[in-house]
Amino acid sequence: MIINGDTPGFLSGFRNADRVKAIIEKIHQRTSQHWTLMEICGGQTHAIMQYGLDQLLPDEIELVHGPGCPVCVTALELIDQALWIARAQDVIFTSFGDMLRVPGSDGDLFSVRAGGGQVRVVYSPMDAVKIAQENPHKEVVFFAIGFETTAPANAMAVLQAHKLGLSNFSILPANVLVPPAMHAILSSPGNRIQGFLAAGHVCTVMGYWEYPPIAKQYHTPIVVTGFEPLDLVTGIYQTINLLEDGQVTVENAYPRAVTFQGNQVAQSIINQVFEPVDRNWRGIGMIPNSGYGLQVEYQSFDAASRFDTGDIHTAESELCIAGQVLQGIKKPFECSAFGTLCTPQTPLGAPMVSAEGACAAYYNYKRG
Amino acid sequence: MCLGIPGQIKSIYEDHGTKMAKVDFGGVSREVCTEMIPEAQPGDWTIIHAGFALNLLSEEEAQDTLEILQQMADLADQEDLTGDN
Repeated sequence: MIINGDTPGFLSGFRNADRVKAIIEKIHQRTSQHWTLMEICGGQTHAIMQYGLDQLLPDEIELVHGPGCPVCVTALELIDQALWIARAQDVIFTSFGDMLRVPGSDGDLFSVRAGGGQVRVVYSPMDAVKIAQENPHKEVVFFAIGFETTAPANAMAVLQAHKLGLSNFSILPANVLVPPAMHAILSSPGNRIQGFLAAGHVCTVMGYWEYPPIAKQYHTPIVVTGFEPLDLVTGIYQTINLLEDGQVTVENAYPRAVTFQGNQVAQSIINQVFEPVDRNWRGIGMIPNSGYGLQVEYQSFDAASRFDTGDIHTAESELCIAGQVLQGIKKPFECSAFGTLCTPQTPLGAPMVSAEGACAAYYNYKRG
Repeated sequence: MCLGIPGQIKSIYEDHGTKMAKVDFGGVSREVCTEMIPEAQPGDWTIIHAGFALNLLSEEEAQDTLEILQQMADLADQEDLTGDN
């Protein structure tokens, strides 16, 4: 995150070390027993490691890293489908940069590009629409991955292509949703999570109106949490307070960016283009209504039906334990390949690739 | 991907009927789409995801949070002093 000398105090104040230390002291005073919390978002996992916050917390607080890493949970079938499409003649395949090194069953998007495929990294799906305008004789496909934070952008790209009458643009729909994943984690037989730090930026879009029923159903407090060091320790402090007091409520520790209702313009654009569909999560399995598929009106923009990729037979690495890491069952260093056969340069699994993956966080910040 | 970047809106314009803005990220300027925040004005701070501004950052809420946290920090200092005595 860019913070420089020109940043106003109301933003840079959330990096103030003295305030962070004071809240950590409060957490120590308040913690009377072992508590297991999950931060859902991989961006938060990296920030916690980067600032060493995990090492300043009481030993009784265990942070379990959630599945909030979009490239990590994108189903292997979808990645193989993407590789198939990217290898096809007269296709320009566009994607966020994170996705290029994620291993499919047979190679990754980088290897497709090395083999002559036209694979381009874009910053926004709107850039992919522009590429489609500029290349009318090519099929331009955008790999529409991400959580609710990228869904408005992905939806707008479809609306824009529709408005421009672009028949050579399509997306491979792969968006995944946080609340169904929380249901899946909390209802799993081995669940250990006692409190959630909800992903702040997902909530900027969606609000947190979906969370009170989840907190109630599973008797688990949820605190909407931001990404700066002070945001993170405040989110943890509020969660510990709720747990120590036996309260099962939803609180917002990121009010400068999140409202209860969220961004209703963005939600309405998402709902205009997408509808909830069942989706497979890599390493976790099928979660009902946990993804976005295109509404009937926009199905002509679906790359999955535009390209006949035939039967795809997937093959995961036999060594990689990404699924157990993503569910918080195992820590990255418990994997036999961690840091040896599997590094950010030679990843066996997606969590070692991404700037949001737990394995990359442990590797880069030398945990384990 | 969810680690949105805060930036300050410098100017607002339309591009083929789409609301856009020039946003400054600590000296780096980028064009972003502001269709999701029609109320945006130059000078506002926003968080950007995948080329889209998705919310306005509330200075008032930020100051309130910082004040509460500062009061807690001051209280912790006072407790430390009491403990030392």
